Amino acid sequence: MNFSLIFESFLKILNGLALSLEIIVLSLILGFLASILIVLMRLSKNILFSRFSRGFIFSIRGTPLLVQIYFIYYGLAQFSFIRDSFLWIILKEPFWCGVIALTINTSAYTAEIIRSGLNAISKGQIESATAFGMTKFQTFKRILIPQALRQSIPAYSNEIILMIKSSSLVSIITIMEMTGIARKIISTTFAPIEVFIAAGIIYLFLNYLITIIFRQVEKRYSVSY
Amino acid sequence: MELLSFGDTGWGDEMLRACIMTFAVSVCAMSFGIILAIPFVIMKLSNSFILKLIANFFTTVVRGVPELLIIYLFFFGSSAAIMFIARIFGYNGYIEINAFIVGAFCVGIIAAAYSTEVLRGAVLAIPKGQIEASKSFGIKGKRLLFGIMIPQTLRIALPGIGNVWQLALKDTSLISVTGLVEIMRQTHISSGVTRQPFLFLITAAILYLTLTTFSNKIFIFAENKYSKGYV
Repeated sequence: MNFSLIFESFLKILNGLALSLEIIVLSLILGFLASILIVLMRLSKNILFSRFSRGFIFSIRGTPLLVQIYFIYYGLAQFSFIRDSFLWIILKEPFWCGVIALTINTSAYTAEIIRSGLNAISKGQIESATAFGMTKFQTFKRILIPQALRQSIPAYSNEIILMIKSSSLVSIITIMEMTGIARKIISTTFAPIEVFIAAGIIYLFLNYLITIIFRQVEKRYSVSY
Repeated sequence: MELLSFGDTGWGDEMLRACIMTFAVSVCAMSFGIILAIPFVIMKLSNSFILKLIANFFTTVVRGVPELLIIYLFFFGSSAAIMFIARIFGYNGYIEINAFIVGAFCVGIIAAAYSTEVLRGAVLAIPKGQIEASKSFGIKGKRLLFGIMIPQTLRIALPGIGNVWQLALKDTSLISVTGLVEIMRQTHISSGVTRQPFLFLITAAILYLTLTTFSNKIFIFAENKYSKGYV
């Protein structure tokens, strides 16, 4: 075991932390917003919307993330009309391809988390809200959303940790975030164990941080129970 | 569409073979993972502080670090380790370990970490009163283990194991980076030759969806079958 090499690669990999975090945070925010839309479509009475949403969730959860990343990065680039359109400004950048793929991926999983949070709310509550004369929007805002979000906190913290791990896959499409840098160091030094320890410490620390933060959040929002 | 036909002109048979490869790696990885999980479950449930620490360290690290890093560790690490041993015996050439074995091993390690948690939860879900009752009936030792504990653990763990299987199935796509010709690798090769990545990625997605959906059906069938009389 070469300790100076561990330290050296630790510092090098740390340079990729900002890019990793950028990708993770960006796709989590965009994915969360998209997931709300997907849940609303899933629950809507319009069959077309709910079918589409169900199909979307099914196909994203049933295929590996790598397929989704390749699909955005290589698959869409095949068509000349996409290469000629304004979309190409975004899709020619590996960074945005990675963010889009991760956003799509997390939106499907988050939609399922929110949906199961909504399902956990008893029907009687919605009925009494209606009996009190609340409109559909008011019921959503005052009764459903606060409870669904609270219900989803533990599952969502798991999803964030999964996203931290998933973000490593964008290194395959040439983005030099933490895992990309780690891979480069391995191929020059042939010291996989040392590099694994260095990168592993950073990833584990990030997960630990999320666990602690969400434990506090959970404690805070379960007070009223 | 003729690109996906079977025979020399199309890629259909290659894709199908790759699909079988993905399935084979997943089955090997999952079997290895469950076998490896058993000692870790025993360690986690033991009273020894050190054994618990080792098992917790294993599951925390493997579940917290990206799968890709674990694959890099074993893919590059295993040939380095073997070459190191070979050098002691006087062989200085380059040795590369079979990509199938490394791949199944890596995904197996990941599956083992998740299965450990599932099985541990299942063992703890058996009511204590049952064990006490069996003991008072004079059922102990092997009969308690094989007659009471293990059948129930398996029944309770079945849905969780199903989830780990889905995870393992999808994680095998990552071992395409080691050069094993499974679905993702074959997709990459075919789309490189034909310049039709869109078509082959859709095919890959359909193959994965077929695998996940079918295995999900089997797990649901098994769950229903073995939870008869409980729900």
